Amino acid sequence: MNFTLKIWRQKNANAKGSFQTYPLKDVSPEMSFLEMLDYLNNQLIARGNEPVTFEHDCREGICGSCGLYINGRPHGPQRSTTTCELHMRDFKDGETIVIEPWRSKAFPVIKDLIVDRSSFERIMHAGGFVNVNVGCAPESNSNPIGKLIADKVFDAAACIGCGACVAACKNSSAMLYAAAKIAQYAMIPQGKVEAKERVDKMVKQMDAEGFGFCSNTYACEFDCPKGISTDFIALMNREFFSSKACKQKHA
Amino acid sequence: MIKLDSKIPEGPLAEKWSRYKTGLRLVNPANKKKIDIIVVGTGLAGAGAASALGELGYNVKVFCFQDSPRRAHSVAAQGGINAAKNYRNDNDSIYRLFHDMMKGGDYRAREANVYRASEVSNDVIDHFTAMGVPFARDYGGSLDTRSFGGVQVSRTFYAKGQTGQQCLLGTYSSLNRQIAKGTVKIFPRRDMLDIVVVEGKARGVITRNLVTGELERHSAHAVVLATGGYGTVYYLSTLGLGSNASAAWSAYRKGAVFANPSFIQIHPTSIPVLNDYQCKLTLMSESLRNDGRVWVPKEKGDKRHPNEIAEEDRDYYLERRYPAFGNLVPRDVASRAAKERCDAGYGAGDTGLSVYLDFKDAINKQGEKAIRDKYGNLFEMYEKITGVNPYKQPMRIYPAGHYTMGGLWVDYNLMTTIPGLYAIGESNFSDHGANRLGASSLMQCSGDGYFILPNTISDYLADDIRTGKIPVDQPAFEEAEKQVADRIQKIMDVGGKETASSFHKRLGKIMWDYCGMRRDAEGLKKGMELLIQLEEEFWKNICIPGTDKELNQELEKALKVADFFEVGRLMCEDALQREESCGAHFREEHQTETGEAKRNDAKFAYVAAWEYQGPKAKPILHKEALEFKYVELKERSYK
Repeated sequence: MNFTLKIWRQKNANAKGSFQTYPLKDVSPEMSFLEMLDYLNNQLIARGNEPVTFEHDCREGICGSCGLYINGRPHGPQRSTTTCELHMRDFKDGETIVIEPWRSKAFPVIKDLIVDRSSFERIMHAGGFVNVNVGCAPESNSNPIGKLIADKVFDAAACIGCGACVAACKNSSAMLYAAAKIAQYAMIPQGKVEAKERVDKMVKQMDAEGFGFCSNTYACEFDCPKGISTDFIALMNREFFSSKACKQKHA
Repeated sequence: MIKLDSKIPEGPLAEKWSRYKTGLRLVNPANKKKIDIIVVGTGLAGAGAASALGELGYNVKVFCFQDSPRRAHSVAAQGGINAAKNYRNDNDSIYRLFHDMMKGGDYRAREANVYRASEVSNDVIDHFTAMGVPFARDYGGSLDTRSFGGVQVSRTFYAKGQTGQQCLLGTYSSLNRQIAKGTVKIFPRRDMLDIVVVEGKARGVITRNLVTGELERHSAHAVVLATGGYGTVYYLSTLGLGSNASAAWSAYRKGAVFANPSFIQIHPTSIPVLNDYQCKLTLMSESLRNDGRVWVPKEKGDKRHPNEIAEEDRDYYLERRYPAFGNLVPRDVASRAAKERCDAGYGAGDTGLSVYLDFKDAINKQGEKAIRDKYGNLFEMYEKITGVNPYKQPMRIYPAGHYTMGGLWVDYNLMTTIPGLYAIGESNFSDHGANRLGASSLMQCSGDGYFILPNTISDYLADDIRTGKIPVDQPAFEEAEKQVADRIQKIMDVGGKETASSFHKRLGKIMWDYCGMRRDAEGLKKGMELLIQLEEEFWKNICIPGTDKELNQELEKALKVADFFEVGRLMCEDALQREESCGAHFREEHQTETGEAKRNDAKFAYVAAWEYQGPKAKPILHKEALEFKYVELKERSYK
């Protein structure tokens, strides 16, 4: 297969970036998308050019490192698929493929296709945990959680922290990301105890990082490679407003 | 010369750890604030240790090469985590878990360490549950379990096929909690390039900031390596592409002894190689063998579509050869059996290098929904990669490099032969002998990080309460930084034509061919020669575009590959001296009449621990004799 690649190149955070065009020939349909980029890079290096820098590690869709904006969609055209799981057989021979980094004020570009997602980290630092020390745990089965709830909790916990939700959103909102964690803990006894404080702190941090609000387009859910449901945003909002109500009552 | 002292405590097996622990010295809370600890790596072991140490009140600095600790490769573990809870009433116990691991490891692990890992396994599950890790549950709300290879009980806790991810995210959350409290400081996007030893003690590390390229000095009173295994030595493996040996190797070069390097697990169920540009093999969890049946055609070279091959034309070779354990034999046995069938010409697919893993019977019996509930994400992953729907036709699988039982030698305290340098999780050698049983790596990593290291390290740090901050402007730091800078300069200056990945691929092929699933003396010697040649070529022809003062992924890769030549040579050296077959280490010269591994306990019941002597010199072999008082050494039979 042959492709024309239009790739965002940017030397570093301070440099001005631009699109560069690379024709690429003899691509095997069996190649994964990132293997295709490896293949391009080998050719660039052989020609004495700098390879395209992109983030990746596990290459099996679980670490959340890779995230490219491909033809206007986070992680490309396939639903429920990370960039590393995409294969060239999913593209048309002769196609032009546009590859960009995530675009969001809260995710500044570091180099080429790599962005700085430390804003996501700081949201977790603000409250993405249960306050329990090593050694404090009760016996595991002392807190039964019904299978249906447990399965829902798992669905929320499946987030890989890639940032596709932010990239998909016209407001660059991180609501789905934050909501997944908030909901995971709010639904179980271990996390319920401090659910109100948690939602308060995490939302505050999310706003401080410059992420936008949710305007219910559901683009995040549509493009989430793990299919995380916007229902969790509703759950987060409920937690958030009831936390406000609690505060007012106490005040 | 180094003298190995395993420091295994006296007393009955079941009481060793509890008795020993009570005798360990403590550091009082006020003094803990004066003590710095460096943890390298943020997988289950590293992030667990860092958060537990932070909770205790130490100042912890933690490093990872990824942009976030949540991406460490523990995230990719699929099937589960073992614990001796006996929730199934199937007569499980700490002793039985211990015994299974000893046998599974083909009697090449330390009894005391393995027992301790089993002992803390229940605490690990409780802690994860308390942190909100969503393990699978039954309708009544209690935790569910499943079976794994090499055992006859059901003791594996799981979260679909994403148990590693969920356990890691739990551990990551406890790390975040300490980061928020200020006890732990996180340094992401850093490669650790050297250990700093001051007056014989590990006192710091040299790291490279992967964004700016700057070299940094970090000091501490103790250093903990939780840097994982070196399975990427094969190039194609189930590991993340960033996984590497370099941190552990820098410790080896500084005098930490390296144990059993040739013990490396080849996982039987990975998606086979599909094209020449492939740089990664994706694992299909061992848990699939609970319901999947492994087979090849009975007829050589039968190229019919698998769905057209009738029952009577199929050879369920695992069930045939190992009726007692069937499809759930341990990984080393399953891998060799697959290779045997493929080498004999019965393999499936165009290449003949794969076998079928078939869910037809399970789907007929339990329904597609039940199978989807258990393994949904794995089936999806398989379909995305291969384009084949495994609900409709069998998966094709083949063995791939996966996990390293070998690693830095540690004593009972998990300390290496460099005082103050600890190694935990996969980066040490201690608990899995010559073969690891499924779902016991998450268990060991978490046990090491949360429950063992925090106790043993205080005994060492008790001497450091008056030491004060370790300055980084002293000669040991300057020298270490200079050595790293020189090495980077040297590699940048080569100005050759071949990329690091290309060298890595060639290196991996040598290792797979000569030090892979089956080894013999001639091949191992040949492998070592080829590695030396390739290494010479590397230093003449490696090509790295760009500079070292910026984000440069080619430089990062080249530095890792440069270390792998030495890793590979040591693996061959170790495999060559071990004139027996045990676990994953299979020497052609030593097998039973039926082709099973043939151990030689009289001569080889020891840990082979290697001491570095310089880049070209042969390392010194130390032997730590293994004593078996609580298990009887038997031929490991799964028939």
